[in-house]
Amino acid sequence: MAKRSIVPFGPQHPVLPEPVHLDLVLEDETVVGAIPSIGYVHRGLEKLVEKRDFKQYVYIAERICGICSCGHGLGYCMAVENVMGIEVPDRAKYLRTIWIEMSRVHSHLLWLGLLADAMGFESLFMESWRLREKILDMFDETTGGRIIHSVNQVGGVQKDMDSTMLNDVLRAVEDLQKELKPVIDTFLQDYTVQSRLKGTGILKRDDAIAMGAVGPMLRASGEPYDVRMLGYAAYGDLSVEPVISTGCDSYARCEVRLKELLQSFDLIREAIGKIPEGPVSVPVKGNPSGEYFVRIEQPRGEAIYYIKGNGTKYLDRFRLRTPTTSNIPPMVEMLKGCQLADVPILILTIDPCVSCTER
Amino acid sequence: MEAKNEIRKISLNDFYPAVLAMKAENWRPVQICAVSVPGGYEMSYSFSKNYDMVTLRLEVDEEQEIASITHIYPCAYIQENEAEELFGVKISHIEPDYHDKLYRIDETTPFKVKE
Repeated sequence: MAKRSIVPFGPQHPVLPEPVHLDLVLEDETVVGAIPSIGYVHRGLEKLVEKRDFKQYVYIAERICGICSCGHGLGYCMAVENVMGIEVPDRAKYLRTIWIEMSRVHSHLLWLGLLADAMGFESLFMESWRLREKILDMFDETTGGRIIHSVNQVGGVQKDMDSTMLNDVLRAVEDLQKELKPVIDTFLQDYTVQSRLKGTGILKRDDAIAMGAVGPMLRASGEPYDVRMLGYAAYGDLSVEPVISTGCDSYARCEVRLKELLQSFDLIREAIGKIPEGPVSVPVKGNPSGEYFVRIEQPRGEAIYYIKGNGTKYLDRFRLRTPTTSNIPPMVEMLKGCQLADVPILILTIDPCVSCTER
Repeated sequence: MEAKNEIRKISLNDFYPAVLAMKAENWRPVQICAVSVPGGYEMSYSFSKNYDMVTLRLEVDEEQEIASITHIYPCAYIQENEAEELFGVKISHIEPDYHDKLYRIDETTPFKVKE
């Protein structure tokens, strides 16, 4: 019988930008079990909603995470707007869509860079992050911030984009798509990348569903589930289809994210082409009373926002179920049977965001 | 696309059979949320199928114990441990139970409304 041992992984590890710990149960070099452990940087931001005006809290929601900032602001605002029965102007919906798709591009490029770095493919890492800079520059031009954008507010958005900005975004998207082609080809065709990703971290479709996987992790197992299909923001007017792959392995998860980059470019172009004129926000009167669950598709997958208001300016509860919270159990499932040397890459393929998870 | 998004109130006695029924109908668990209310908690267990979402709403007293759903949906353990640790909701037989060590925080049940 193989010798059983427990190897601690993390919370500090070269592939982990944020702290997560796993106790890996090994039989020789094969992982037979893993116990995840989080909680190194828990901040209790949900509780803060009881002490901040519900309009002020948008700024805190946006600061839950630097990568998903735009989405957190949007999800929180949509929950409040649903409770208060606020109809957001169409132009604001389109602007929200453009910014959140830019966030998806930014997030996926960041992840691609981290993946390349974890494989030791440094030039690919630098190229991915060089391209990411371009989208950050567009955030800077359109919102005034590279990471925290502060564009969402209850009732619409705080900032508008004039035609010059929209044209600049279009031009940046064109350039980016052109420059991304060799990067996509390398990720999908390079021997080194394939040898590290293909056939590793298998998560079958039924297991992915049963274990609650979301986002690219779920879609790479062949399940066409993408919350953008619900048509929130301007998605109802745009051509959105879930990007899927049936490979069920690490390579498939990479492939889905690469194709989602191209899909985001198309969605940005389509939204800019259709954006209507008009106001970008409506005045908000009164305080929220009631509760609502909102789902949005963050770059890492479905995020759920819940608010409960009591008729005062302070909410009783704000709850955020992040994609990473859902993706940890399937990650543990996927680690079973893999080799110890593959663990860092496999953990990275769920694109863990600990900052969100430990909101 | 129109999708269901409803909250169904349910008693503690009917809760476990209702979760079993959700499993039998292929609903997947998507979130568990605890809310402190005077004298107890409101627990919301949300499930999704296709794009519909149904939330089972359970109201329990502070001392009442809820059976863990991890034996039906193993992936629920993180969120059940979180509700237990942050709010003090009594949930029995979570698998695995982190025994207040999911988050490395000094305060006990920091999200519970203190009288």
